[in-house]
Amino acid sequence: MSELRELSPGRLAWLRFRRHRLAMIAAGVLVVLYLLAMFCEFMSPYTPQQRNARAINAPPMDIRFFDAEGQFHLRPFVYDLELTINPDTWMREYEENTSIAYPIRFFARGEPYEFWGLFEADRHLFSVDPDGSGYIHWFGTDSLGRDMYSRVLYGARVSLSIGVVGVGLTLFLGVLLGGFAGYLGGMFDSAVQRMTEVLQSIPTLPLWMALSAALPAAWSPITTYFGVTIILSLFGWTTLARQVRGRFLAMREEDFVIAARLIGANDTRVIFRHMLPSFTSHIITTATLAVPAMILGETALSFLGIGLRAPVVSWGVLLQQAQNYQVIVMTPWLLLPGAFIVITVIAFNLLGDGLRDAADPYSSLREQ
Amino acid sequence: MRKYVLRRLLGMIPTLAIISILVFTVIQLPEGDIVTSTLDRLSATGVDLSDERIQNLRAQYNLDQPLFVQYLAWIGNFITGDMGFSYLYAQPVNELVWERLGYTLLITVCALLFTWLLALPIGIYSAVRQYSIADYGFTTIGLIGLATPNFLIALILMYLGYTWFGLSFGGLFSPEFLNTPWSWARFVDMLAHLWIPVVVIGTSGMAITMRLMRANLLDELKKPYVITARAKGVPPLKLLLKYPVRIAINPFISTIGLLLPALLSGEAIVGVVLNLPTTGPLLVQSLITQDMYLAGSLIMLLSVLTVVGMLLSDLLLAWVDPRVRYERA
Repeated sequence: MSELRELSPGRLAWLRFRRHRLAMIAAGVLVVLYLLAMFCEFMSPYTPQQRNARAINAPPMDIRFFDAEGQFHLRPFVYDLELTINPDTWMREYEENTSIAYPIRFFARGEPYEFWGLFEADRHLFSVDPDGSGYIHWFGTDSLGRDMYSRVLYGARVSLSIGVVGVGLTLFLGVLLGGFAGYLGGMFDSAVQRMTEVLQSIPTLPLWMALSAALPAAWSPITTYFGVTIILSLFGWTTLARQVRGRFLAMREEDFVIAARLIGANDTRVIFRHMLPSFTSHIITTATLAVPAMILGETALSFLGIGLRAPVVSWGVLLQQAQNYQVIVMTPWLLLPGAFIVITVIAFNLLGDGLRDAADPYSSLREQ
Repeated sequence: MRKYVLRRLLGMIPTLAIISILVFTVIQLPEGDIVTSTLDRLSATGVDLSDERIQNLRAQYNLDQPLFVQYLAWIGNFITGDMGFSYLYAQPVNELVWERLGYTLLITVCALLFTWLLALPIGIYSAVRQYSIADYGFTTIGLIGLATPNFLIALILMYLGYTWFGLSFGGLFSPEFLNTPWSWARFVDMLAHLWIPVVVIGTSGMAITMRLMRANLLDELKKPYVITARAKGVPPLKLLLKYPVRIAINPFISTIGLLLPALLSGEAIVGVVLNLPTTGPLLVQSLITQDMYLAGSLIMLLSVLTVVGMLLSDLLLAWVDPRVRYERA
């Protein structure tokens, strides 16, 4: 007799998840994005407030391996930008100056920064000549000559973390309120139900706007950041609370719950020790799918100028520069942070889909 | 049915009451009140009011009363149609909001219809031709639409419109019609502008609607009665449209309630980007300048709009699907 192979539920879920090719790709994209955000000081060639007076509103520079004569260089380089003023429109126009090339140096010294506020460093993943004669802006620059790539990475730190922190808070509120509502029933249940109904029938954005407009302008960036996060999660918990409540209602009568209660476990223990673990996977899925809403919310508020405010750099704050079509037509690369938002949100959605299928023990491995 | 309608109508009242308390709390949150901000403005221009005048002012706005009296006064006035005074525009809020609310409603309803008109047929097609290239294509487009913030779609559309056609979008009217009375030409001009916000706002709900329709119909198509009908030789198109689609479409009436808050939220921000004469830009302005009577009234009105919309969708569902009204009656 051959030995029976045994797989733990976690292992099975992982096997199911791996079959979801899109979800795997999405997970990879998110890991890269979060790493970029985490180490943005090192990953970006400049600091977000650093200005380059020689490249104001400069278009994205092409990173090249072949020079103007068609010769191959192992070390990639960018060409210098030459500023001309268009005599007809009086607009600044940049043209590549193929006589000056700036080779890209990896792990080069550049602008000093304080890594995570812990220690000083000046190494950057890539940069051009550290003496300051060259520059590289492969996402272009804004109207103050600040490097868009660096700003997008620093913005990622704020925008991406707000999603996770916000969802953490949402989870806490949703599981707590939904759990107790489903478990206790009665008055508490009706109160939570009513509240959920009310919150779901208010258009969220206007209320978000009103609340974040009420945040004192004198608050420090970090306080505002947490203020905005709390506001975003105050309305997000309803969906989760409903689901958790439904599960609890169904599970309340299950044998193992009744058994736990008979042994004399108190309510909190029954909820958190016995009932909650049986649908953690479900909660994780819902949480993943809730992150994009947070990110989009922050972006919308900051875009309107009532969420986070400059000097804080977030994707929404960055997009605020591109509010009218004159600006977009002249400097379309200011929309690049938007591309990052779209990619992040899509990735979270795909990941959530994959997790949902993986977490469901009854979905067969045969499909897909 | 009448009993059901009555029950739902009465059920609206506590919901609206809680919303109004919430809105009132929110507009009370910023430091200072109307009188202090008026005083600030006056003293900036060199006018100083006597203490007595200040007391009178405070009494005029019930600011010397406890909070719940202020709330009752506010909501009482609101119900009777007096929404207070906007400092930003130096006009009663009444005169400011109605026209804008009308445009908001128009755009939102059009966006809802647009979403359905496009998403439902696509959902049906995707379900019938499951796992086809078109199915994947539509799912991808829907996902991108879901992931792109409304205002970004508006910005991109403005960019493309300008670079491809040399058009500058924005507003609901061409300059020459801006302040003219209603006429046929003005109406046509509005329609020419209207489609942009409608498309922009509609795309966000597209993905959800599409997916839901696809899933509903897929469930329905597997049922035995469909197989029986097919075995008996009912023409495919007639079979599809006459039975499974009708059942799968039913729940969509109730998604009005789900989509409406999202659409109104989308309108608020798209209105700012596209410079529409709707409630969105007014709300942002009032919030930034802390014109709280105006802001409170706007949020309250938008909430009422949503609650009424939800009620209508529930009633419509009960009318179409008798099971609902027997269950809840």
